[in-house]
Amino acid sequence: MDSRDTDWDGVRLHVVTGKGGTGKTTVAAALALALAAGGRKVLLVEVEGRQGIAQIFDLPPLPYEERRIAVAPGGGDVYALAVDPEEAMLDYLEMFYGMRRAGRALTKLGVLDFATTIAPGFRDVLVTGKTTEAVRRRDKNGERVYDAVVLDAPPTGRITRFLNVTEEVAGLAKVGPIKNHSDLVRGVVKSPETAVHFVTLLEEMPVQETLDGLDELREAGLPPGGVFINMVREPLFPQPVLDQAVKGRFDSAELVAGLEAAGLATGSDAKALAEALTEEVVEHARRTETEREERRTLDAAARPTYELPLLADGVDLAGLYELAESIRTQGAA
Amino acid sequence: MKKPAGLDIDAILDDSGTRIIVCCGSGGVGKTTTAAALGLRAAERGRSAVVLTVDPARRLAQAMGLTELDNTPRRIVEYESGGELHAMMLDMKRTFDEIIEAHADPERARQILSNPFYQSLSSSFAGTQEYMAMEKLGQLRRSDEWDLIIVDTPPSRSALDFLDAPERLGRFLDGRFIRLLTAPAKAGGRSAFRLFNAGFGLVAGMLTKLLGAQVIKDLQTFVSALDAVFGGFRQRAERTYQLLQSPGTAFLVVAAPERDAMREASYFVERLAEERMPLAGLVVNRVHESPAATLSGVRSAAAAEDLQARGEHELTAAVLRLHTGKMQLAAREHREQDHFVTAHPTVPIAQVPAMSEDVHDLDGLRRIGELLAKA
Repeated sequence: MDSRDTDWDGVRLHVVTGKGGTGKTTVAAALALALAAGGRKVLLVEVEGRQGIAQIFDLPPLPYEERRIAVAPGGGDVYALAVDPEEAMLDYLEMFYGMRRAGRALTKLGVLDFATTIAPGFRDVLVTGKTTEAVRRRDKNGERVYDAVVLDAPPTGRITRFLNVTEEVAGLAKVGPIKNHSDLVRGVVKSPETAVHFVTLLEEMPVQETLDGLDELREAGLPPGGVFINMVREPLFPQPVLDQAVKGRFDSAELVAGLEAAGLATGSDAKALAEALTEEVVEHARRTETEREERRTLDAAARPTYELPLLADGVDLAGLYELAESIRTQGAA
Repeated sequence: MKKPAGLDIDAILDDSGTRIIVCCGSGGVGKTTTAAALGLRAAERGRSAVVLTVDPARRLAQAMGLTELDNTPRRIVEYESGGELHAMMLDMKRTFDEIIEAHADPERARQILSNPFYQSLSSSFAGTQEYMAMEKLGQLRRSDEWDLIIVDTPPSRSALDFLDAPERLGRFLDGRFIRLLTAPAKAGGRSAFRLFNAGFGLVAGMLTKLLGAQVIKDLQTFVSALDAVFGGFRQRAERTYQLLQSPGTAFLVVAAPERDAMREASYFVERLAEERMPLAGLVVNRVHESPAATLSGVRSAAAAEDLQARGEHELTAAVLRLHTGKMQLAAREHREQDHFVTAHPTVPIAQVPAMSEDVHDLDGLRRIGELLAKA
């Protein structure tokens, strides 16, 4: 185990949220790999029943049990758990009442279906409860079982309600077992052991949702984490070239010469090709300009930011390790 | 890329038999934008259209001039042809409240509205939003004020949620357990025991353990009040289901040319077929096409490398690398769409090119509408 400083030392529950399409599950998986690097043990949890972890790691669907799914760079293990609310409820019955078998019998009657689907917030409490239990769990020597837990959480629009559900339940159930259970959850979720990270793209809507999400977290008294800017393109052109291109000024005479030199086209063909390519450059420059603006907007939120490269071949296992490496280099893990 | 059938958007919008268009698909694929653009185009073409949107992005709402969340349709534009566009944002709690207020006497309505269980259910129960969107759709349709309703489905983890959630909520409010819970209150606590024998004691005991006695009591009060006001939540859900199955409805599945979104679109197409719901086609948003597609990615990459090795025309080499990336992206997007076309060769598809900026105003929406129709 190495002992370098990271931005989130002391955080043991990393909640990862983001607008749909920003690559939330990918970043959660890469973060889990990064946290496990160098001999640690990390649990990656998903709660929405989409089997996103299995897809990313190219595995068959995960059952409701913690199993090792990947080895991190330099040793270290990533375990995964796909939380199923009904199973989480059986755990809960077992934990508090030692009545798993009776619970199984009642499943047939649909009671559990009733309670998990229906009772407001109860489902979320069970899911967050299962996650925080893993955060708190100790082995028989009193050591923490997991060095960190990464939760692939619901999207930005729902995150505060999801984590704060304990509050909603508390409003509903003033006493009783749910109340106690949700108090336990709240003890972890609102502590400095937790950080809620946002995944965004350098686009207007995801950035706006990130800022809104941060505000909501702050209001609810939940601990904000970092902002992971996903799918960042490497700069291809010097800034002055882009500045000119945004205004529609681009040296296509030089481009024609270059295309001819490369043997791609000659004469009027080269000119036509240069024109079409110039269109691409101008579009690229406009987009880069928008991205710069969005980056400035994010800076105003004054949260630590991390940039993850766009993977040329899409997300595969090798790509995940690349992202994990990038997360480590930037000090997020 | 394989050639799918083209989706003729204008034919759908111009057909006066089309009364409802449902835009569905996974989160983040541009459903709301598509719905708004369709509404505007329909209005331009003389339809009296209303767009029902659920939780839209702030900017998009502003683009349509929607600033208030007041649960009633507001006029956005009006054309000389008689076409007009209205739009509204769904306020699910208000919609729920209105159902209660419309069906209960004031005293009972007050009882229900102030019940803590109701407050939770109406504002946070997963599925309420979907249910209320469908409820509102039914209301708009019954009012017959518009000849075309375009509805944008709630942002949920999966596109299928919106089909299942209303049924789930309906089943809950109308279900066996609710009956079980309310039965003792109605029949002096005897009948349930006769019916369920030891079973009920076990069930009630278990629920009390799980949820606590106060929750059960609130729930019982709530349910019996609600039950007296109107049974048949499930019936309402079923009516909406039938409405969606009727020939006047057209489902548009919206996707982006990415693996997850296309896979979700595939599931949804299959599910619609299973439910016998009329699918009009697939809209693929944010498709990247190169204006210089004659130059392949491979040739472009090789030429860039060559120029770099020779140490000349640095700028051209950079342009060629940019182009290579674009062509690779386009190729990947084609592959994702090919999978879909192979599995569903008869589903018409419309592609909308990616724009460099988000939509900010009606002109932006109009442009998207044009692109949709041209596809």
